[in-house]
Amino acid sequence: MKTLRQKLFGLSVPALSALCAFVIVLMVLLIIGDIVLGGWGTLSWEFLSGVPKEGMTAGGIYPAIFGTFLLVVIMSIVGVPIGTITAIYLSEYASQRSILARVVRFAVNTLAGVPAIVFGLFGLGFFIQFVGIRMDQVLTGGVQLKWGQPNILWASLTMALLTLPVVIVSVEEAIRAVPRELREASLALGATKWETIRKVVLPNSITGILTGAILAVSRGAGEVAPILFTGAAYFLPKLPGSLSDQFMELGYHIYIMSTQSPDVEATRGIQYATTLVLLVLTFTLNFAAVFLRYRIRMKSIR
Amino acid sequence: MDEPTTLNETPVALAGPGMENQTSRVSKRSGSTSPSGELWWRKRFRLAEFLVEKLVTAIAFLSFAFIVLIFAFVFREAAPVFSSSREITPVTSKPAEQETYGEEQLGDAQRGALTREREKTPVEQTGEGSATVRNLVGKTWQPVSSQPKYGLLPLVIGSLKVTIVAVLIAAPIAIFSALFTSAFAPKWAKEVLKPTIEILAGFPSVVIGFFALIAMATFFQNAFGFEYRLNAFVGGVALSLAVIPIIYTITEDSLTRVPRVMTEASLALGATRWQTALFVILPAATPGIFAAMLLGIGRAFGETMIVLMATGNAAIVSGNFFEPVRTMSASIGAEMAEVVFGDTHYTVLFLIGSILFLFSFTLNAIVEIFVRQRLMRRFQGQ
Repeated sequence: MKTLRQKLFGLSVPALSALCAFVIVLMVLLIIGDIVLGGWGTLSWEFLSGVPKEGMTAGGIYPAIFGTFLLVVIMSIVGVPIGTITAIYLSEYASQRSILARVVRFAVNTLAGVPAIVFGLFGLGFFIQFVGIRMDQVLTGGVQLKWGQPNILWASLTMALLTLPVVIVSVEEAIRAVPRELREASLALGATKWETIRKVVLPNSITGILTGAILAVSRGAGEVAPILFTGAAYFLPKLPGSLSDQFMELGYHIYIMSTQSPDVEATRGIQYATTLVLLVLTFTLNFAAVFLRYRIRMKSIR
Repeated sequence: MDEPTTLNETPVALAGPGMENQTSRVSKRSGSTSPSGELWWRKRFRLAEFLVEKLVTAIAFLSFAFIVLIFAFVFREAAPVFSSSREITPVTSKPAEQETYGEEQLGDAQRGALTREREKTPVEQTGEGSATVRNLVGKTWQPVSSQPKYGLLPLVIGSLKVTIVAVLIAAPIAIFSALFTSAFAPKWAKEVLKPTIEILAGFPSVVIGFFALIAMATFFQNAFGFEYRLNAFVGGVALSLAVIPIIYTITEDSLTRVPRVMTEASLALGATRWQTALFVILPAATPGIFAAMLLGIGRAFGETMIVLMATGNAAIVSGNFFEPVRTMSASIGAEMAEVVFGDTHYTVLFLIGSILFLFSFTLNAIVEIFVRQRLMRRFQGQ
């Protein structure tokens, strides 16, 4: 009796766990399949390079692609240096037991867990309502509302905050993969700590910094919640020309088109194709990151 | 680790050489390249070193500053709720508006109500709204009307319902898959599953929301005959897709960190592979799995885009998991763009944001302080 039960379990536990794994793979394939099939028909060069026409029911998504690009570029310019320096601090300067290092680490982990929408609220409450309004008061005497309203700068800064933990974790891993002997050799030759970091550690972890930046861009391009009310716009006839302009964004475009468009059914093709573009974009970035990380790990083993 | 620390303390270490170097400053100015001049250079260089270290530390500390700033500013905007002494509007229970985004399942009457609501928006903003504590615990969330009601109860219930569904689905699947990878899977299966999880984690939430809104909701309605196409269940299933990678990754990590000795001891005692997996490895990794669940709950509770698109967004109080719900995060996402800065509605939305932030902060603190340390102790104490 007992052996029968054991046999049953012996079959069912691995089978159940394999089934669960299979369900995950199946769901991923389903999503990708559905979006590729739904979006393939609409995708064309005109779609990628055109502007929305006829009340958003026709035309392309170029402004949204451009807006997303601009968003992640500004975000990276701000976020990647801060993230890299924090990673340098955590791996090179801080001793593991120091309270300050633990506080920083705790803050980074907390930052990674804060809901995206709260970042959006922070962007609104801090960047727009606090910093922006004060900038207007100083620059134009409060007559004109220029910075105290949603725009691409505030959206990018909000997104930089959101993606900061991604950069830090990835860069720190890369810095730790730099062999200890290299550092010791540099120090033994009389280089100071900063010289060692600048000329030995950083050049050797450049792929890691790149990985961090790519992962952050992939995350930033996909998040919509933080930019809902910090700068994304439903429709703009022209591309953003300055930091105080609003912008269109791919993810926001998907959300708007699929929930608030006057005729949801008629624009289904555009919705699917936009989703496909966003998916291809994030996939490409993620694969690049996986590839780079693989190379780092190989190097650290060698 | 030791050499760097000694180097850090260069300002102190240089105090000795620096004393005898008073003359070198003069010789440097006169353009001499004597050994003492070189020493002076080195001293100045160490000063730069010191400054760089302080600068790096300061920038690293920014992460902490950001947390404090988020705390301060989200709460600052929410604070007027508690200081408002305006009159209490009586809480009457009116049927809630079925404001759904996939509007095809709306009846005509409801659609009419919706458009009336939208037309009213500019008028309403002049009206006085009140967000006293009594109003906040009410059962009706009707911020946009002549008599605005800010009862948070339906939103809290909505968030809980969706989170429960998501975690109940995601946790078993993710934990068993992690067990599969660490205990049973052949190499090829691992090489398929791990990248798949990474792909799933890389899906933007708006993509999952879109898939749930268009494809999954219709499929479920056809399969189970739901009355409402978009409901808490559909939202929860979609949300579980976002939660699975988190629970899987952390569980898998803690499963592989279970010391080999434990597995080997169990196998040596004659236990089979599944017995070892279920009764030795899994229990040993409990703190890690607990942490994974907590972080998964945190993600599910705060996620916005998926629930905004797939749950129907109707603020109703009910225990039925197959009715539309409006979650806390979705309310912020849907309404914040249309409120007047500084009015009561705006303040209440920030209050909801503060609750979300506090919730995720608490979960994360529990994981950081309690679980991680316990996990470390358990594995190191063996």
